[in-house]
Amino acid sequence: MKELRLMKGNEALAEAAIRAGADAYFGYPITPQSEIIEYLMAQNTEERTGMAVLQAESEIAAINMVYGAAGCGKKAITSSSSPGISLKQEGLSYIAGAELPCVVVNITRGGPGLGTIQPSQSDYFQAVKGGGHGDYKLIVLAPATVQETVDYVKLAFDLAFKYRNPVMILSDGIIGQMMEKVELFEQIPRSDKEYDWATLGKKPGKDHVIITSLQLQPEEQEKVNLRLQEKYREVEKNEVRYEAYNTEDAEYMFVAYGSCGRITQKAMEMAREKGYKAGLIRPQTLYPFPVEIINKVAGQVKRILTVEMNTGQMVEDVRLAVGGKIPVDYYGRFGGMIPSPDEILNAFEQKGG
Amino acid sequence: MAENLIKPENLVYDKTKVLTDRVLHYCPGCGHSTTHRMLAEAIDELGIQGETIGIAPVGCSVLAYYYFDVDMTEAAHGRAPAVATGIKRVLPDKYVFTYQGDGDLAAIGTAETIHACNRGENFLIVFINNGIYGMTGGQMAPTTLENMKSTTSPRGRDVKTMGSPLKISELVASLPGTYYVARHSVHTPANARKTKRAFKKALEYQKEKKGTCLIEVVSNCPSNWKMTPIESNKWMEENMFPFYSLGDIKAPK
Ligand SMILES: Cc1ncc(C[n+]2csc(CCOP(=O)(O)OP(=O)(O)O)c2C)c(N)n1
Repeated sequence: MKELRLMKGNEALAEAAIRAGADAYFGYPITPQSEIIEYLMAQNTEERTGMAVLQAESEIAAINMVYGAAGCGKKAITSSSSPGISLKQEGLSYIAGAELPCVVVNITRGGPGLGTIQPSQSDYFQAVKGGGHGDYKLIVLAPATVQETVDYVKLAFDLAFKYRNPVMILSDGIIGQMMEKVELFEQIPRSDKEYDWATLGKKPGKDHVIITSLQLQPEEQEKVNLRLQEKYREVEKNEVRYEAYNTEDAEYMFVAYGSCGRITQKAMEMAREKGYKAGLIRPQTLYPFPVEIINKVAGQVKRILTVEMNTGQMVEDVRLAVGGKIPVDYYGRFGGMIPSPDEILNAFEQKGG
Repeated sequence: MAENLIKPENLVYDKTKVLTDRVLHYCPGCGHSTTHRMLAEAIDELGIQGETIGIAPVGCSVLAYYYFDVDMTEAAHGRAPAVATGIKRVLPDKYVFTYQGDGDLAAIGTAETIHACNRGENFLIVFINNGIYGMTGGQMAPTTLENMKSTTSPRGRDVKTMGSPLKISELVASLPGTYYVARHSVHTPANARKTKRAFKKALEYQKEKKGTCLIEVVSNCPSNWKMTPIESNKWMEENMFPFYSLGDIKAPK
């Protein structure tokens, strides 16, 4: 049954994982996302759906547990925040190399180093450019609301299995910690589907299944890389998601994602009240990036302002999409600071509208 | 004349079907090969080939998945016990084993090893202790003996600056989560048979969900010890066994 509830972002995410029919969660506590594992433990998921939940000894162990469970064709998920996500990069690289499905949640905080526990978007590069070693990509979903968080958990599992690729939900401490009304989707039963690529025990008359990312011959590794690239082109073709506001008549365009996208939406509306024909593109997938719409809009507007809670990361991808057609500026706060709509509007006007 | 001898009734040894027909890449005389065979025979004799999932490490046995004819996953360096945990939590009724060297298990993967054992994860850890990093060309391992030479302890392991050889089996035996911990070798037929018996027992305990079983195999590395296989076995008996004594470390009564 669909259900309306007032929920904290992290708890809603955990509830969505259960309802998405996840088979296993492995994680290690870190602020601002520890409510995810706490909620799952409190829900006694073993009894509720049979979902395994385990507090691992580290993020490294957690992502490798995900690797093991994913290799059995099971829906496995882990979550962490920035420093913990750094520790997961080795495992993510192996999972991407072995082409296994899994979901990884990053409720980001400011950095570098131990940084701050306040929200930030400073892990953008790490998330969208691969993150670990080797040529690979994560599919990256960026929710702006608790509702999107819930919906993206389901979407993330679907995409992970469709492409046999790790999917990251790149959220932040604001969305993780705030409470909002959400509509929860109905419980999806856990699947007992047996995939032929999964390690489930060798079947009589069949070859044994091997899951590996090792290729000793460079010719073979190059083939793997080409196959991955082909997959990423498919992802780019099929999975771009964004919301566009006021693109029809816009002369100025904001680009912002996640919680910052919501704040920027307010700034865009304030700009409109002041007579600027402003619009907003809010990427919902950061990889694949909404290149086409940004390129198209660049033929129509005078300038673009990206707003980010980092020192200017997504702006590079926007500039690539724009291809030098028009000026692209950046405004941001960082280190756990959150820009206000007034500040953004001010920056917008200072850059010449 | 010889072909007349090849008859079923004259068969004294047949390769187990749990090993594939691939030619092993291990150096001549290396204990990895014999240990593979003992583990494969144990799986065969228990009739659990289709119920077994193995995890290969990073090390000389990284390609173990080519040799064991069971479903297998290749883990990152040291992470096999975490990967095994993930598998076992979603498939609790399968037989799961990890196969790891001393660098993999007792250096980079120490945390994963100790915590899997401490949780009493129901899988078998096969631990090959050859006192050296074989794959990367003979660097010092956590298990390298005091004064033993390696490419990163060329004047011998100096315990004052490099630490002492780690007895990880004794360490995990002290944890309530482990059920059966034993140290064996495969350098003689009698020892190899004992090792196989230990593997079989451990797999039977796994079925009964008794907790983690770790079987250490004290082994040789002729290439990196720079000895012939025979010399290396002798050196192992004279130097490794006095420190890493063979037998049960923790066994059910
Ligand atoms: C993260 C990481 N660090 C280092 C290596 C390089 N490396 C490969 S095998 C190995 C040591 C293996 O030694 P051991 O576990 O004792 O196994 P053996 O080769 O002796 O069987 C190292 C350091 C690696 N592959 N990955």
